[in-house]
Amino acid sequence: MFGYSMADMGNIMVMQGFSGLSMFTVLLLMALGLAIIFGQMGVINMAHGEFMTIGAYTTVMLSKVAATYGFVNYYFLIAIVLAFILAFALGYFVEFIMIRHLYKRPLDTLLATWGLSLVMQQAFRSSFGAKEMSAELPEWMLGSFKPTPDIDIPINGVFVMVLALLVTAGVYIFMYRSRWGLRVRATVQNRVMAGAVGINTKKVDRVTFALGCGIAGVAGAAFTTIASTGPTTGTLYIVDSFMVVVFGGAASLMGTIASAFGIAQAQSILQFFMTSSMGKVTTLLVIVGILMMKPEGLFASKLRK
Amino acid sequence: MSNTDFVLAIEDLTVSFDGFKAVDNLTMYIDKNELRVVIGPNGAGKTTVLDLICGKTKSTSGSIKFRNTELTKLSEHEIVRAGVGRKFQTPSIYENLSVYQNLEVSYPKGRGVWGSLFFKRSEEVISQVKKIADEIMLTDFLDMEAALLSHGQKQWLEIGMLLMQDPELLMLDEPVAGMSAKERDQTADLLNKICKNRSVIVIEHDMEFVKKIAHKVTVLHQGKILAEGAMDKVQADEKVIEVYLGH
Amino acid sequence: MNASLSKLVGGKQGAIGLALLAALIFVVLPLGVDIFRLNLVGKYLTYAFVAVSLVLLWGNGGILSLGQGIFFGLGGYGMAMFMKLEASDPITTKIQTTPGIPDFMDWNQITELPWFWHPFQSLPLTILAILVIPALFAYFIGFAMFKRRVGGVYFAIITQAIALILSILIIGQQGLTGGVNGITDLKTVLGWDTRTDSAKYVLYYLNGILLIGSILLSKYILNSKFGMLLLAMRDKEERVRFSGYDVSNFKIFIFCVAAMISAVGGAMFTLQVGFMSPSFVGIVPSIEMVIFCAVGGRMSLIGAVYGTLLVNYGKTVFSETYPELWLFLMGGLFIAVVMFFPNGLAGIYEKYAKKFKFLRKLSDTDPLALEPVKTADVIPANEIKEMGAKA
Repeated sequence: MFGYSMADMGNIMVMQGFSGLSMFTVLLLMALGLAIIFGQMGVINMAHGEFMTIGAYTTVMLSKVAATYGFVNYYFLIAIVLAFILAFALGYFVEFIMIRHLYKRPLDTLLATWGLSLVMQQAFRSSFGAKEMSAELPEWMLGSFKPTPDIDIPINGVFVMVLALLVTAGVYIFMYRSRWGLRVRATVQNRVMAGAVGINTKKVDRVTFALGCGIAGVAGAAFTTIASTGPTTGTLYIVDSFMVVVFGGAASLMGTIASAFGIAQAQSILQFFMTSSMGKVTTLLVIVGILMMKPEGLFASKLRK
Repeated sequence: MSNTDFVLAIEDLTVSFDGFKAVDNLTMYIDKNELRVVIGPNGAGKTTVLDLICGKTKSTSGSIKFRNTELTKLSEHEIVRAGVGRKFQTPSIYENLSVYQNLEVSYPKGRGVWGSLFFKRSEEVISQVKKIADEIMLTDFLDMEAALLSHGQKQWLEIGMLLMQDPELLMLDEPVAGMSAKERDQTADLLNKICKNRSVIVIEHDMEFVKKIAHKVTVLHQGKILAEGAMDKVQADEKVIEVYLGH
Repeated sequence: MNASLSKLVGGKQGAIGLALLAALIFVVLPLGVDIFRLNLVGKYLTYAFVAVSLVLLWGNGGILSLGQGIFFGLGGYGMAMFMKLEASDPITTKIQTTPGIPDFMDWNQITELPWFWHPFQSLPLTILAILVIPALFAYFIGFAMFKRRVGGVYFAIITQAIALILSILIIGQQGLTGGVNGITDLKTVLGWDTRTDSAKYVLYYLNGILLIGSILLSKYILNSKFGMLLLAMRDKEERVRFSGYDVSNFKIFIFCVAAMISAVGGAMFTLQVGFMSPSFVGIVPSIEMVIFCAVGGRMSLIGAVYGTLLVNYGKTVFSETYPELWLFLMGGLFIAVVMFFPNGLAGIYEKYAKKFKFLRKLSDTDPLALEPVKTADVIPANEIKEMGAKA
């Protein structure tokens, strides 16, 4: 098929699969953050990509500091934590001054957060310049390992994937096994009752939103291992992230994971065989097509009427 | 039993939500020009039955025949056009429109896209609105914004909107909830008047009110019929007393 | 004024507002600015078509489409394809490898005109395509979404995805569509040169007439029973369904009308500006046009035009002198309008014009949505007296 032998096809699939994995990782982290915000709270955050960019810029800046002071091999983990904290803090602030006034108006939240994304993009441009910047990656992340002579697996891809899995596990534990997660789920399902039993629903909302943003920050840190960062980097992933969340059924975390995986892989593999743009178009078309037939997404649980 | 004589024939109707049977093999028949009141404790499935008839909820099994048309196969607006009108528990009117406009919008002409684009406010429409407004005691309030009406008046407006559609089967879910004693009397008169040319199903909790209007009463409990018959017979039924007063 | 005319312009109030707008477009601006700037205004007014369509779709119907650029682009590209084919006759293009086809196709080693370009050799077919293809597209999307009761936020995101798909497709298929540069070097329509000053004046007036025409059409729709139902559906969709209306048909219809109006705007853009590119099709332009509508007042047809003019004027002024400041302003404008002025300029006007009685006559914002309806607007006054007398 397409002039490649079976063995070649296998190798291509694996390599594309792995390059798809890096994309999958960033997409997954973005979608997780978005699933928490949109899936659990019904809030549309069009500035989600910009929170990712905050994480990315944090990492890049820290890498430059690390390069100057010579701790390039150690800074990355600090960068991840810092990215989370900064994005979380900004998300907390944004929820307080803007989002909390708009909970009953989802379409307006969409527009307001788009405005926020414009403001943030311009802030990036003014602070860091319009040119893209790369992070100085630690040595242990560079290069690849070769299980067979024909297959090249980049180490940073594996690292980022492990990171994503850890974060996902962390989110799962938080949402389903911790007290705070219980409060979040209670507030989402029955706000009035949650308030009546003493849960500070406003604070819960704030933390939930900030958490979603924080995870986007981590996605940004992961992103720096794949490509360079610029003011408009956030816009690369925003539509895809929403598609992942909507496709996977907004309320289901498992669905989000499966959906991110499917979409990233499909795009990566298709892009090998078609041109890059056609691959993306085809993936999006298929998603939109499926959504038109099954609007609740593929993994949505059946609600009582 | 042939069901061509009945206005509404519900047979073996069941709806189950993940195993929980809100309505369980229900069989019920409504005659022409009958005013049936459905009562029962909370959670008995009364509102669910109305939801099933008007298409808001899809049944798991069973049939609902309205003048021999199978309703379970139709969509909500098709059921309305077939002649079934439903009033919701909380008054569901168009708050931003005037009383007149609320009624006019419910006029059963110009229901399609093109029909509504070219809809002309003819004499016929205006007189129909005035007539119904008179029946629901809102003639003085025609130009008032619906949001400003009292709770009781909003209930009447919703009934009026349904009357504009001229349905053969009218279903009212707790029509006097939140009304004063005088308003309840007026509503009882209204309901007794309107069932002269159509069948009416009413869900209610106020027993005094029920006595004033019911021809026949059906008691539901856990999705099944517990008792059926005239009001005093049902009130004296042991099973009904037990269910209402608790164990 | 008689009943149907009244319905068309929205009563005495609406007529004055419309007349003022017409005066601005047809008299004040042409007299006040030079042809270069007037051409710019003409360009802004093409965006106003989309803003007007959003008043119908979003303000009244409650359906937010983040992809009106799709239809603007379809209309614009249709006209561009016609003009490009005219400019690519075999004689002018004889130096190409394959004469008689557009230059960008030649550069991409295409040797014959793709099948979907052929209809655009004829002006009548082009005009038909500009109106019909966007409407069909909208019908298809609307049918798939509204029949399944998909609305609100999901609908908005999917329209955004479709806008993205279309723009990527256009950019990617350079040979067929001109790619990221778009279709340029457009000169004539049936031999008439569109680049001369006199042509620009003609096109400007044509644009203005079509815009006012779209507003009149929209007013007719909004003042009919359909318009009242649209508002009812926006606020209480279930109730409308249970009054016997097939809600999805109404939504599909208004979506198609909005698509057609936006497409006309796109075509006029191509005519006046002389090119069309994917930068008017994707996510960013689609959302910008929502902002024009929001700033002007999402419930006001005339407000939408003013909003478009204002924001674009601001963009031109600021982005030259303070480009950084402009993007902050634009983002801030989004946030401010949504949080503090949900009814835009028209809403502010309504609020403060109360103080000056004569100004009230100039507003045209649909009274149904902003404040309690005075039945005097709906039933002739003598009828009410009659009704009151009979009570």
